[in-house]
Amino acid sequence: MSKNFVVRFAGEGGQGVVGGSEILAAAAAQVGYHVLTFATYPSQIKGGPAWGQARISTGPILSSGDYVDILVALNRYAYDHNIEELREGGVVIYNSEDFELADGSRFVGIPADQLARESGNPRAANMIVIGAVAYLAGMPLRYLEGFVRQRFDRGRPGDDKIIEGNIKALHMGAEEAARSGLSLGSSLDDPPSHDQERVLIKGYEAACLGAMAAGVECFIGYPISPATTMLTYMEATLNAPHTFVGQASSEIESITAIIGGGYAGKKSMTSTAGPGFSLMGEGLGLAWMAEIPLVVANVQRGGPATGLPTKTEQSDLLVALNPGHGDMRLPVIAPGSVEEAFWAAAEAVNWAERYQGPVILLTEASIAERSQDVARPDASRVVPEKRAVSDGRVENRRYEGNGASPFPVPGGPGAYVANGSEHDEQGDTTHLPDVHVRMTQRRFNKLSLLETGTYEAERTEASVVLMPWGGSKGPAREAYERLAAGGVDLGWYYTMYLSPLPPALLEELRTKELVIIPELNYLGQLSGQLRSMGVNAHSITQYTGLPFKVGELASEIQERMRAVSGKLARV
Amino acid sequence: MSKRNPEYDFKWCPGCGDFGVKRAIEGALAERTVERSEPIEQTVIVAGIGCSGNLVHLQEGPQPFGLHGIHGRTLPIAWGIKAVRPDLNVLIVSGDGDYLSIGAEHIGPQAKRNIDVTAVVMDNGVYGLTKGQASPTTEFEVVTPTTPYGKLDDKLNPLETYLAAGVSFIASALSSQVKQLQELIKEAMDYPGFSIVHVQSPCTTYNDTYAVLKGNPKEGIEPLARPIPDSHDPSDFAGAMALARGRGIPIGRLYRKPESVPSHERLRGARERLGVKQQSVDDLLAGMKI
Repeated sequence: MSKNFVVRFAGEGGQGVVGGSEILAAAAAQVGYHVLTFATYPSQIKGGPAWGQARISTGPILSSGDYVDILVALNRYAYDHNIEELREGGVVIYNSEDFELADGSRFVGIPADQLARESGNPRAANMIVIGAVAYLAGMPLRYLEGFVRQRFDRGRPGDDKIIEGNIKALHMGAEEAARSGLSLGSSLDDPPSHDQERVLIKGYEAACLGAMAAGVECFIGYPISPATTMLTYMEATLNAPHTFVGQASSEIESITAIIGGGYAGKKSMTSTAGPGFSLMGEGLGLAWMAEIPLVVANVQRGGPATGLPTKTEQSDLLVALNPGHGDMRLPVIAPGSVEEAFWAAAEAVNWAERYQGPVILLTEASIAERSQDVARPDASRVVPEKRAVSDGRVENRRYEGNGASPFPVPGGPGAYVANGSEHDEQGDTTHLPDVHVRMTQRRFNKLSLLETGTYEAERTEASVVLMPWGGSKGPAREAYERLAAGGVDLGWYYTMYLSPLPPALLEELRTKELVIIPELNYLGQLSGQLRSMGVNAHSITQYTGLPFKVGELASEIQERMRAVSGKLARV
Repeated sequence: MSKRNPEYDFKWCPGCGDFGVKRAIEGALAERTVERSEPIEQTVIVAGIGCSGNLVHLQEGPQPFGLHGIHGRTLPIAWGIKAVRPDLNVLIVSGDGDYLSIGAEHIGPQAKRNIDVTAVVMDNGVYGLTKGQASPTTEFEVVTPTTPYGKLDDKLNPLETYLAAGVSFIASALSSQVKQLQELIKEAMDYPGFSIVHVQSPCTTYNDTYAVLKGNPKEGIEPLARPIPDSHDPSDFAGAMALARGRGIPIGRLYRKPESVPSHERLRGARERLGVKQQSVDDLLAGMKI
């Protein structure tokens, strides 16, 4: 019996490797397993190496898994480049129509396309493979049959035939695997029972729904991997008469158009990734300067320039904090899981309204694109922040005072000029030194309204602590739990509120001997920030375009801890 | 200083064409608010960067809302405002540098969307605020600080550009003829769709074109600005294009597309036609239930 396994479908773009892992995960989630998917593919529609994997488990899942239990290799290249990650005792299912593997001891060759044609449904090659995977993993086929019935029952006359064909394909795949006599050596435990309602949700869906729960009414974006899915999801779902969703003709248009939306009184948002975020720099400066509430979701990919469009990285923290020229420091919220993406997006919208300025929702490809089963977020727990609107009592003195002041909405009282040039209280341009001082302080002072973030803290007495951010939370947490179980004296801190940091968290971090920050970039962007705030933070970096592996991370953490204790001993 | 804000320290040069444009806008807005019993606060002026954009701070009388943004982006800002608030009257004030150089990329998309905003473009054929560099509408071979050999780029023809981009309403005017300009701006604001009023607004410091525009018939110098003859049918695209490409600068109502459904009406219509309904966040989550 086993607790979890990882299946990777590897082939080339267009072969359905991502779809295969998603179907398997959806089927497993349907019967009660916890699932998490991860995919990596090139920036092209057809061809190029691609793989998608599903981790299926009886317990909650934190990371996509270090090793593969079942590798589905659709071509020789996929086999050659993924076999190293097959764990000892793992099994390979390969496409025997494409290539042959000599040693049969761990390999099952399946002519999936041929079998699909024989099944009567030439498009069922994926189902053949999934049937074989299920057999090898010890997942009862009836689970998958139920899933197929549900998925293909669309209320159309031909449904029955399609369902029948797909179920037949599942069985053909399973029989083929059975003939090989191979297995993983153990079968998966029965799925756990759940007392909470669960949803199978993608990270980008969670972020969009969180923003909607907080009352977003305007979403304007421009297609860019891996952020396009947020735009298309909003296009499909946000369609009340008072809402607007649109495709701009560049990210410069996206940001300036949502500045228009925020200025005109609507909660406005866009999504983008690295290159588009760079183009938004000047616009974000305008929103900061003119004090326009809006949210930009930056779904990080590998950079700089076009970089790695479809890979994951955490290298945009610095640009998120200071996306343009001049004195500014934008609020940044970075969710660490699919579930957190919902709450982070809702809070980003609320923050923007509260301090009246731009907020960055900093997420990443590995979170936005993965499917995961999570407890259904309770949308009624989101309290949408209401913008303090001018009632005309201060007339047009919109920028009066040293904090957020009532916002005049066009059509209502308090006509002023929202100005990107330095300005006086009513928004007229000025270059007077004392006004620039006053207004700069006003803009920074407003950030204190956002010092409300929460954080996780465990084993706070430890002098060395681990503090991941964003999508590295999952693998870091798994590594932390493994080390803690082994008696390693390591503390845990985590927050998704990267700027402003919860003040109490910052105070605690300043007392630590060492704060270890695992992050997916070369520079060590968060640790550099923390060091400038008086925290002895150092990063464990990785810049492969892929997430951390738990085992590697755990050993690296221990090495850093040994270095510290060594230093302490010498002192 | 401005009437409403004695501390505001920006000034246009004496004789600047933008003064006339300001008076025309004030007049057109006054007419509009009376005619429609519409509060002035229903109007938003989106200003570009340059001498022209400062108009938003100099406006006299009842104050509309204003947004003085960044260089070249008046159009997408205006699009966003109008998209979420179709009830607002959105007016752009911009110049040839802001609108036709750094901001040129936005004209085509807005024309295709047919956003219901009016842009008043003050064309002085020069970058005034940065002290006299060449702009897209500076004449060929003219020497400026950035064109020491004479301008090597051809002059852009703005009216031809607008027509080719598909702008629904296009007028051309002179800043010195305030009454006609006011009428054209008023008509453009009333027009349901994307409208541009392109104004010859001379820069007395760096590119004083008053004399050229006016000509001197006594000395046999033809005026550069030529009134569009009454015989021109503004719904005639080919006729408008011929005028735009003809000699001199045609002044008057150049083009008025007869059928114009603005972007916010297209969206409303499509939603109605398709019967789309807003699902609640709870409903959407329920659809993901396992």
